[in-house]
Amino acid sequence: MKFVDEFRDPAAARAIADAITRIVTRPWTIMEICGGQTHAIVRHGIDRMLPDGVTLLHGPGCPVCVTPPGMIDAAAAISSRSNAIFCSFGDMLRVPGEHGSLLAARGRGADVRMVYSPLDALAIARDNPDREVVFFAIGFETTAPATAMAVLQAEREGLANFSLLVSHVLVPPAMEALLGDPANGVQGFLAAGHVCTVTGYRDYAPIARRFGIPIVVTGFEPLDLLQGIHMCLCQLEEGRAEVENQYSRTVRPEGNAAARAAVERVFRVQAQQWRGMGEIADSGLGLAPDYARFDALRRFPGVVVQPERQSECISGEVLRGVRKPCDCPAFGKACTPEHPLGATMVSSEGACAAYYRYRRPHAAQDAAA
Amino acid sequence: MCLAVPGELLSIEGDDPLTREGRVGFAGVVKRVNLAYVPEALVGDYLLVHAGFAIAVIDEAEALRTLAYLEELVEEDE
Ligand code: SF4
Repeated sequence: MKFVDEFRDPAAARAIADAITRIVTRPWTIMEICGGQTHAIVRHGIDRMLPDGVTLLHGPGCPVCVTPPGMIDAAAAISSRSNAIFCSFGDMLRVPGEHGSLLAARGRGADVRMVYSPLDALAIARDNPDREVVFFAIGFETTAPATAMAVLQAEREGLANFSLLVSHVLVPPAMEALLGDPANGVQGFLAAGHVCTVTGYRDYAPIARRFGIPIVVTGFEPLDLLQGIHMCLCQLEEGRAEVENQYSRTVRPEGNAAARAAVERVFRVQAQQWRGMGEIADSGLGLAPDYARFDALRRFPGVVVQPERQSECISGEVLRGVRKPCDCPAFGKACTPEHPLGATMVSSEGACAAYYRYRRPHAAQDAAA
Repeated sequence: MCLAVPGELLSIEGDDPLTREGRVGFAGVVKRVNLAYVPEALVGDYLLVHAGFAIAVIDEAEALRTLAYLEELVEEDE
C-alpha cells in the first residue's frame, strides 16, 4: 500500500539501526508517548535493534488504558438502563472498571453496540428516536474532532436523543506531569504523529525549552520510528533540545485548522483523571456550556463516576514509564489478555498486552500458529 | 486507538461543510469517509483516515523527502 510499504523495508531498518549505533556514545532513555507506537515498536522488535544503553520507555498514550475505571462503571450503568443504547469503540468493550466491563454488561442484557465512528452512533440515534443513544467519547486529540463533528451534526439536526459520556484526554499536560515526576528518567520524547496531525506541534516548544528535552514528532511505520529515534539521539548527543518533525508527510506545524476549530467550539479544557496516574490539570476535554445538554451524565442523573481504588496492578507505574510490564509479578500469570487485571493488559496498544503478545518465551511460535 | 490509515480519495459527494463525504480506497476496501476536516482534498489525493474522518491530506513531496533522508542513512551503511 502506498505510504505504508515504503516505510517497512527490513533491510533499510537494519541499516538505520546501524546508523543509530554509530552516533551513540552514551546511554540514553527515550519515551514514545503513543500506544500505537508502543505496539509497532514491540511488534517489529525495534527496541531490540537499538544499541545497548538506548532504552525506550512506553508512555501513557493509550486512551483506552488511561480511561478511569469509574468512567467505565458509569458507562456500564448507563448501558443497563432499559431505554438506552450504548455505543463504544470496540477496544473499550473488554476493559474492566471496578465492576466489570461493557461486554459483561452486554452479557446481562444491556444494549451495547460497537461502532467504528461517532457518526455511526449518530445514525443509530436517528434510527431509534424513542431510545437514548449514548456514545462513549474517549481518545486523544486525534479522535476529539470526530466526536466534535458528531455533536455539531446532532445540534443542527436537533437530535434530542443523542448524548456523550466524555473522557477525552490531552497529551502535552500528561508529558509535563511525567517530566515533573522525579522518578522519571525520560531524556527525549517521540511525540505522537497522529495527535500532532490535528494539533500541530507548536505547543511542544515550551515543553522542550522548559525541561531541556528533545521532542521529535514521529510516525508509526518501522522506518518512521527508527528515523524519529535517530533524530532524537542526534539532538541528545549534540546537546540540543528542540522540537523536530519526522512525520512531515502528514503533520504541519499548525496542525489541522478546521479540526481544531471544531474541537474548540464543542469542548472546554478541564482537569482529568487518568487511570493509574491520578488527576492532571488541564489534561482533558469536557463539553462547553453551549453543548452541555449533550452530556450523558446530565441526562442520567443517577449515574455517578466513582474514584479509582488501589490495586496490586502496577499499570500506573507502567503508564508513567517507571517500570516495565515484565517487572509486574502478575504479568502472564494472574494477568493475561483473557483475564486482565489492569488496562495496560486489555487493550492491544497497552504495554502489558504488547509484551504479552510479542515478548513471552514462546510468543513467536504462538503468533505463528 | 489513534490508528489512522492512508487511503486514496476516489470520489467526493456533497458540498455541505459538515457532511461532505468521500469514497476512500484502502488496499481494495472502499469506505465512506467524512471530509469536513480536509476541505482542500481532491480526487486522487491520499488521505489519513481516523474514526471515519479524514484528518490530513498526505503530502507526497514531504514523503519523498523523508524517504530520501532515510536513503542517505542507508547508504552511509554500505
Ligand atoms: S501485567 Fe497486568 S497486573 Fe501487571 S501491570 Fe500489567 S496490567 Fe497490571
